[in-house]
Amino acid sequence: MLKGRHLIDPMDFSIQELNEVFDLADQIIANPEKFSDSCKGRLLSTLFYEPSTRTRFSFEAAMLRLGGQVIGFSEPGSSSVAKGESVADTIKTVGCYADIAVMRHPKEGAPKIASMYSEIPVINAGDGGHQHPTQTLTDLLTIRSIKGRLSNLTIGFCGDLKFGRTVHSLIKALSRYENIKIVLISPNELKIPEYIRKEILLKNDIDFVEAERIEDVIEKLDILYMTRVQKERFFNEDDYIRLKDRFILDKEKMDKALKDMIVLHPLPRVNEISYEIDSDPRACYFKQAKFGMFVRMALILKLLGVK
Amino acid sequence: MLTINSIKNGIVIDHISAGLGIRIFNYLGLDKVDYSVALIMNAESAKLEKKDIIKIENHIDIDYTVLGLIDPNITVDIIENEVIREKIKLSLPDKVENVIKCKNPRCITSIEKYVTHVFYLVDHAKGEYRCKYCDEIYKISDL
Repeated sequence: MLKGRHLIDPMDFSIQELNEVFDLADQIIANPEKFSDSCKGRLLSTLFYEPSTRTRFSFEAAMLRLGGQVIGFSEPGSSSVAKGESVADTIKTVGCYADIAVMRHPKEGAPKIASMYSEIPVINAGDGGHQHPTQTLTDLLTIRSIKGRLSNLTIGFCGDLKFGRTVHSLIKALSRYENIKIVLISPNELKIPEYIRKEILLKNDIDFVEAERIEDVIEKLDILYMTRVQKERFFNEDDYIRLKDRFILDKEKMDKALKDMIVLHPLPRVNEISYEIDSDPRACYFKQAKFGMFVRMALILKLLGVK
Repeated sequence: MLTINSIKNGIVIDHISAGLGIRIFNYLGLDKVDYSVALIMNAESAKLEKKDIIKIENHIDIDYTVLGLIDPNITVDIIENEVIREKIKLSLPDKVENVIKCKNPRCITSIEKYVTHVFYLVDHAKGEYRCKYCDEIYKISDL
């Protein structure tokens, strides 16, 4: 039963519950008109303590396409947060007006605190470099829809694996499926955090290897998940400039990949995927964005308990 | 060896790793009490080679979670009428609330001051704890 629940961590839902969401997303994709009034009279609140046009638009589009409405702020300067209001007080107040809330926050664990004080379902839309569970749902639905399965896959993660929360969340989620192999491609400075290595990969006995160049491992991959090196995650600009261009996917590297490998990216990209790749049928990152909206529609319906 | 009389009614905190006795003595505020207390440092020990011991001639409330965090090897003897009534073996607690604080500058607990600081034990052998909110892992000795 997902009605009234929160989604803070990708592991909050069981595999069965995830399948419920994905099955509903499949129904929405097949027949979106059928759901266009499902959330009529319902309000979604978007609490964005740091800017993220893409994720916010995806949630807003999802709610509007379900016939619901949206209130919220897109940066804290224009809200009571600027006056020093706590996360707990903000969510309690918002719960008086809205039926469901989405929170993005630069600090890790903020949506978890919101969920502890909230009367309405809270969805984590990204907390610092920590978790981004709806991106994970997006990624899983995309893989399930295009590859037809969520098990027996070799997935390469490339780029900023240290601060890239989409990577952390997806690795956590994939660790529950059968026969998953993971290839981690990153510079030494941006390797996967210790807690993912210990508590997820080693604890679950996941087969994983580390590499420093895409071309060394691309031929083994079913999926290549690219990430951008985010400037805002660095304390030091020199480090950012030194590392940002290192891991770029181009046509030459793609020529070595399997014919049915797919390339995913949480977007926005900066320059880590050459534009020449966009016309390759294996480039699925824009399809992925669309799956993201559909899976958020399904999630909103499930958490609100709308039939 | 230095001899300290046994106590009639009170608590003996034994098998403290040498050097940690003074921390526990200060944590329990034993420098300010008016009943008999003894801090024995560098006593001979078959198990630890050297150990510290604290003897308290009084029954006081002790937070065993904190004591376990300072030194999980400790044993606590509760003495009544010169007889050990209860022997408590400490260990690292599975969950720690409001004793230690997360040092991750990106953790929400760094700005939301009303939040209960919660840590879960993830590796007993290494003494590692995970912050409930940001998942950062710490060795207990670093906190």
